Amino acid sequence: MGATLAEKIYGKAVGKAAVQPGDVIEPQVGLAMSHENAALVINQFKEIFKDTGLEPRVWDPDKIAIIFDHRVPAESAKTANNQKKIREFVAQQGIKKFHEIRGDEGGICHQILPENGYVRPGMIVVGTDSHTTTHGALGAVSWGIGATEMAAVWALGRVLNVEVPPTIKIIIEGELPPAVTPKDIILYIIGKLTAQGGNFRVFEFHGSTVKNMSTSGRLVLANMSVEAGATSGIFPPDEETERYLREEAGVTEPLDMLAPDPDAKYEKTVEIDASKLEPQVACPHMVDNVKPVSQVEGVKIDQIVIGSCTNGRLDDLAIAAKILEGKKVARNVRMLVFPASGRIYRQALQAGYIQTLMEAGAVVMNSGCGCCLGVHQGALADGEVALSTTNRNFKGRMGNPNAEVYLCSPATAAVSAITGVITDPRKGAY
Amino acid sequence: MATVVFKVGNDVSTDAIYPGRYMATVLPTETPQYCFADHKEFNEKLNKGEIPPGSVVVAGTNFGCGSSREQAASCLKGWGLIVVAKSIARIFLQNAINLGLQTIICPEIEAEVGDELEILPDKIINKTSGKTFAIIPHAPARQAIIDAGGLIPYARKKLLQERGAKA
Repeated sequence: MGATLAEKIYGKAVGKAAVQPGDVIEPQVGLAMSHENAALVINQFKEIFKDTGLEPRVWDPDKIAIIFDHRVPAESAKTANNQKKIREFVAQQGIKKFHEIRGDEGGICHQILPENGYVRPGMIVVGTDSHTTTHGALGAVSWGIGATEMAAVWALGRVLNVEVPPTIKIIIEGELPPAVTPKDIILYIIGKLTAQGGNFRVFEFHGSTVKNMSTSGRLVLANMSVEAGATSGIFPPDEETERYLREEAGVTEPLDMLAPDPDAKYEKTVEIDASKLEPQVACPHMVDNVKPVSQVEGVKIDQIVIGSCTNGRLDDLAIAAKILEGKKVARNVRMLVFPASGRIYRQALQAGYIQTLMEAGAVVMNSGCGCCLGVHQGALADGEVALSTTNRNFKGRMGNPNAEVYLCSPATAAVSAITGVITDPRKGAY
Repeated sequence: MATVVFKVGNDVSTDAIYPGRYMATVLPTETPQYCFADHKEFNEKLNKGEIPPGSVVVAGTNFGCGSSREQAASCLKGWGLIVVAKSIARIFLQNAINLGLQTIICPEIEAEVGDELEILPDKIINKTSGKTFAIIPHAPARQAIIDAGGLIPYARKKLLQERGAKA
């Protein structure tokens, strides 16, 4: 019987051709990523070594990446102390894939990993962040784990007791209509499958829409696969994957372009006709409360957020700049932009997007996650409404349980920034 | 016998269990104070010591969805709470098992605050309503970690087998 892509990659990580769903394995890790919660990982890592007589050394410092992004620059002494503790650990252990709070090499972990070529097809990637699913866009099996599980990875180099999940095949066909973007596709999928439809499952993406999609767009689909509960979202690597890794990430080594077998066994297949999609909006307070934009038009907005690990890439900022060129953000609206990395910020500066967005009235922030999860910058007041290109809208998500968050694409967000109410981007200047 | 002290619905995220604005607090000794911080009444009861260890939080489907923050498991564990849910999101479930937070998957559970539950290896008897509900046992891969007393002792044993042998 044939194997899905994830079954082959898990297999490779335990020295087999493939494994079956339900098999319990301990896959070797190719990359282990953490952000500020490395502070907790360090504690748990030292606990594992306690009373063993062994010196706490990580299994392979070259396979660990640590990126400061959740609260940058530090919003409190507590965070600053955690970051200091992590810096000391990084130096002591010789961890080189460490991304400081810097404009040259810093940014959000789910952009830093791809743009630096840390993720390759066929790799096992784990991260102490649920959106680690993002890296499946490059043909890796990539999933989010907790801090204690990461401590065990740092000690042993493999993930303990992984039960191989079954795979759901998602086939997306057709050309996207104008102003409909990869974000709208994944919001639609989450609405269709629900927030738990992918729990303990891998999504494997196929179809002509995916084939023609840039890596930037694939990163959006993989990023939000976890919002349907999926362990991972994965794209079979192709010419576009190779182009991205060679041209944008500077990878020169040979790539392991694994593909699923034609007779692979999927738990089920979901088919999406992208040519019929409308722009989508996830309404408060659940990511699967998804409606076509036409059903929520006119909702008054207090804050627009464009950016984050989901939609802070250059093409996202380009869409926003194109729509806002020569226009103004409505007077009663605050618009915050978070480029996904320092590199993207600089590219957007060079392309003139930052100038355009600022002239329209947007505030361009440094790269970071803080606003999305309500820990740093951009908190909402009681009764306020945000329209955001981020990935979660749970109650309290943007720092206030008495506020509401709607999720959408950069096109919908930018058009709505001008009108001050949720607006269909197909009616705008897009 | 375990008393139900709190009941929540479906899709309760880790943002609800442990709001993001407290995420700079990471130590399991410090996280319990923020457990369900936005459910003020329940949080106050916890912090006043009015909820005895071994009490039950009853939840619907997809409990613990969202962020991988381990604080969501450690804050519940800190108060000695037991989670009985119709289903549990993957990362939260693994974190709970790794930290030794008792989690029970009981797809048909019906219970209200104040009900007394008898928790047996294969079922829950709601002594208040007289109804019995089957439990889905944890997968062997997870049970092995529970049996070892959590992931830290489980990983420590493996570490000693591997690095100890080399030394």
